[in-house]
Amino acid sequence: MAKTPKPEELSKIDYKLPEKGWMDTPVEFKEGMYCHGARPQYLETVDFPNPRQWSSKKDEDWKLPENWKEIVLNGMKERLEKYRSFRLFMDICVRCGACADKCQFFLGTGDPKNMPVLRAELIRSVYKRYFTASGKMLGKLAGGRELTLDVLKEWWYYFYQCSECRRCSVFCPYGIDQAEITMIGREILNLLGLNTDWIAGPVANSYMRGNHLGLEPHTIKSNFDFMAEDIEEVTGIKVEPTFNRKGAEILFVAPSGDFFGDPGTYTCMGYLMLFHELGLDYTWSTYASEGGNFGSFTSMEMGKRLNYKIYAEAKRLGVKWILGGECGHMWRVVNQYMDTWNGPADFLEVPVSPITGTRFENAKSTKMVHIAEFTADLIKHGKLKLDPSRNDHLKVTFHDSCNTARGMGILDEPRYILKNVLNHFYEMPEETIREKTFCCGSGSGLNAAENMELRLRGGFPRANAVKYVHQKYGVNMLTNICAIDRAALPTLMNYWVPGVDVAGVHELVANALVMKGEKERTQDLRLEPLPEKVGAENV
Amino acid sequence: MGALFSFVVVILLILVAYVGVAAAGLQSIFGIVIPYVAVLTFIVGVVYRVIKWGRSPVPFPIATTGGQQKSLPWIKQAKLDNPSSTTGVIGRMVLEVLLFRSLFRNTKSELRDGKLGYGSAKWLWVAAIAFHWSFWIVLLRHIRLFATPVPSFVNVLENLDGFLQIGVPRLFLTGVILLLAVTYLLLRRFYVPQVRYISLASDYFPLFLIMAIASTGILMRYFFRVDIVGVKELTMGLVSFNPVIPAGVGTIFYIHVFLVSTLFIYFPFSKLMHMGGVFLSPTRNLANNSRMVRHANPWNYPVKVHTYDEYEEEFREKMINAGIPIESTVLPEEFEEEFKEKVEDAGTPVREEE
Amino acid sequence: METKLKDTLREKKPAILKRWFDVIMETYPTEAAGFLKGTKNRFTSPVGYTIYEGIDGLIDGLIREVPFEELSPLLDSIIKIRAVQKFSPSQAVAFIFHLKRIVNEELQNMSDAHGVIDAAALSEFGSKIDTLALISFDIYMESREKVYELKASEARKRAFRLLQRESQLYEMQEKERSDFVITNLLREENQLYGMQGQDPNIETTNLK
Ligand code: SF4
Ligand code: SF4
Repeated sequence: MAKTPKPEELSKIDYKLPEKGWMDTPVEFKEGMYCHGARPQYLETVDFPNPRQWSSKKDEDWKLPENWKEIVLNGMKERLEKYRSFRLFMDICVRCGACADKCQFFLGTGDPKNMPVLRAELIRSVYKRYFTASGKMLGKLAGGRELTLDVLKEWWYYFYQCSECRRCSVFCPYGIDQAEITMIGREILNLLGLNTDWIAGPVANSYMRGNHLGLEPHTIKSNFDFMAEDIEEVTGIKVEPTFNRKGAEILFVAPSGDFFGDPGTYTCMGYLMLFHELGLDYTWSTYASEGGNFGSFTSMEMGKRLNYKIYAEAKRLGVKWILGGECGHMWRVVNQYMDTWNGPADFLEVPVSPITGTRFENAKSTKMVHIAEFTADLIKHGKLKLDPSRNDHLKVTFHDSCNTARGMGILDEPRYILKNVLNHFYEMPEETIREKTFCCGSGSGLNAAENMELRLRGGFPRANAVKYVHQKYGVNMLTNICAIDRAALPTLMNYWVPGVDVAGVHELVANALVMKGEKERTQDLRLEPLPEKVGAENV
Repeated sequence: MGALFSFVVVILLILVAYVGVAAAGLQSIFGIVIPYVAVLTFIVGVVYRVIKWGRSPVPFPIATTGGQQKSLPWIKQAKLDNPSSTTGVIGRMVLEVLLFRSLFRNTKSELRDGKLGYGSAKWLWVAAIAFHWSFWIVLLRHIRLFATPVPSFVNVLENLDGFLQIGVPRLFLTGVILLLAVTYLLLRRFYVPQVRYISLASDYFPLFLIMAIASTGILMRYFFRVDIVGVKELTMGLVSFNPVIPAGVGTIFYIHVFLVSTLFIYFPFSKLMHMGGVFLSPTRNLANNSRMVRHANPWNYPVKVHTYDEYEEEFREKMINAGIPIESTVLPEEFEEEFKEKVEDAGTPVREEE
Repeated sequence: METKLKDTLREKKPAILKRWFDVIMETYPTEAAGFLKGTKNRFTSPVGYTIYEGIDGLIDGLIREVPFEELSPLLDSIIKIRAVQKFSPSQAVAFIFHLKRIVNEELQNMSDAHGVIDAAALSEFGSKIDTLALISFDIYMESREKVYELKASEARKRAFRLLQRESQLYEMQEKERSDFVITNLLREENQLYGMQGQDPNIETTNLK
């Protein structure tokens, strides 16, 4: 009779210490950890190489061009010559391991190849083998390895398990930034048409229709009509946003995720109410209707092609300057790339707040102001009438998005706003916020549905910190200034910390905003009843 | 595997020097030729590597922002962790290079069960600081051998270093610290699982090598007592390009010199170049002022874009239907009337009269 | 529970806890072994910490004989982690049984000074562990369902966008619209359950 395994034995899944080195451990693709391959029509739309129907399962034929190896090596060579960062980061890592346990994907999965240093080694080993004298001569002893199909697939698997969050870069003594390496790695993979469907689709949409959802102009407008109806229901005030209007003073660009789908729409309603109350002379654009830049998840060139629209539209409409909504990678792009790619924006003026007269010196070249800067300035000058008690039903914490935290440094503006529009604010533990913030687990185009396990595991360190404040202070609202957060965090909370909702900062601003001529508010923007003002009269 | 291999290589190196000097009497090779070759390789190699890095441009301003940006005047900027000026960047680099600021971030004291504990990461910082600083001081102390008269700062350094006044010759603390730190860094590679997993032969080799160098140095100074006058004669000969091999300098000295030469030769080909690289790292040496000052990319090139006109071409009718202003003055026939009304309604003139 | 057994368990708790934790960590596949073990900091080694705190609470709860409802949040926090870690259901909950073995072994190793522990008490303790295992299984299934639900609801949002894009929604009246959406979503969801892990078969038009 066959021996029945004991329960304890069952759970011992091929337990071994990783005795073999990582180079000798072939990559294994686990379901739930990776995305579908990009559909050909998406790649065709933006003239990307090698469009074809393919399956990203490891054992399937990836339908690569005959000379794929040459393409990869040439691609590497070109980028080594174009980016000092790439060459330097390939050369100077000492494998001290300081970054190893800083990546949320490593912390959540325990997969050693998710340690930033090993993620880099995946490509560094190939660099050593083909581009350095020691690697050419000594091969494996010098840390070099052959570029094989398996290695290529390993790149694809792990470069799409990195959310380009830069957390590792903060702790590395030489500032080695795995996000930069991932970006370059993905660029090289794209030379072979190795993309994911959930990135390629939004890229194609953004290119043709101006936003990653592919909303057509009239659809955008009708979405705004719905939002305006809701605003009227809550406040009795009719907001009338304009689109593609020439001669407006300000062009407002937000992530299109906010046009559509909760809780982003509440944030969008927040913008609309704020601007209406200020009487701001601004316009939306349906052509430049996406602040987020999915192109930057594929290649610098595609990032530039999409980002082009913002300045082009500002120029066409003849606005004076640009205001940008709450978005993570949009602001990484604005801060690090926009001016270099598509500037100089000499047809615009240095932004000046028409309400307070503040000149935004820090944006004097890009001519683009972050809405958190704009609103913080308004509050500081006492230009907004606020009733924080309208947010009394909320106990709030703030999640710094990786991009705005480590690729820009906008940390205190949103906190200042929050503290002025609500009464119950609690920070998460220090090692999980500000420049040390954990990623939501879904950044850089990882927020597909099919890689849900990856997202839940990568997001676990963040969720775990939220759980802490949820248990300790009863926090029930997780705020942020990022559209991907607003799309991804509800899912994350739903699984790990039920009972915590997600909101953009400007949703709470609008809740608290006392508007001229508004009716007495009984609902918040989500059409949920406001807390009774118990004892307000007694005080 | 990598560790064993590196260990064996270092042992072999020692044997080579021992046999070469003690048995074959190749003092002039080990004392003159190899040191010259090593220094030359070092200089040429390092310059070559740095030039190679310098050749690749920095196309984008990608500073890692480690704190609050410069924005509104009343918001306190983290001037060192997120610098927006050259002074700030210099400050950041100084902290980074001299005090290992980023590594220090690891040293978070942890509160668990109400008790304060320290993460092991702190030890990495301590060991790294101890290692690099003592290495420097040891190196500077060696200037004594290459200059007559001995510069006064070397004497000052030696007095500080030997302040404990133990033993004859005086015990230099840095030598001991160096050996301890390097041992810690090595043990770490053996015992911390993730570090063991990522370590390559090229990580163990310099550690073993430096360990051997420090050990031979210490042996030479405190135990075997090489003839210091002879040593200085040799080293002065080297710097004055009048090399001589004085008699009676112990073999251990040649072993030491050979190991140091190996380190010099190995340096430019290896990760040890991180010493120079840190100065060039674009995430650290750039100011985060890219919204104030345009950063130019030398290889910026025009790209294919989807223009507004193409966009409007595709959606014109839908835009008109939705009352969104358009650019074109040529309207599809059937829209002419309807559109005029809409425009009048909206009160936004978008089209000049023909 | 018999006081004797209780006291002994209390005394042995540190040893039991340590062994149990180690065994659980060993259940991780090669790739993760040794890397998730950190337990020091709740925020910088969340997996190890959560599991450690969870089993610590479980042992405590079993000894103090708290009702199962109080133990289930602890199980919840551990099993949720395992439910997204690609364990099979049996593998994901088997860690509970390890506790039984470890307790038995620890008690056997005990010196005679403690005297004999009542067999009935021990078997009662054992059946409590079995109950935990059953609860764990429920939690595991709930968690997996949740994952599928989350996948589906995200795909649903996307399908909705797809429809919008095709402007089918634009022309419709509100009532019609919501009916339309709901039917389509249901269809979408069914497809999803049928196609886990495969390429999406939602057809889209070429954008160009
Ligand atoms: S912290 Fe930097 S140097 Fe250290 S292993 Fe990571 S990338 Fe390499
Ligand atoms: S950039 Fe973020 S996700 Fe990528 S390796 Fe570094 S820490 Fe991990």
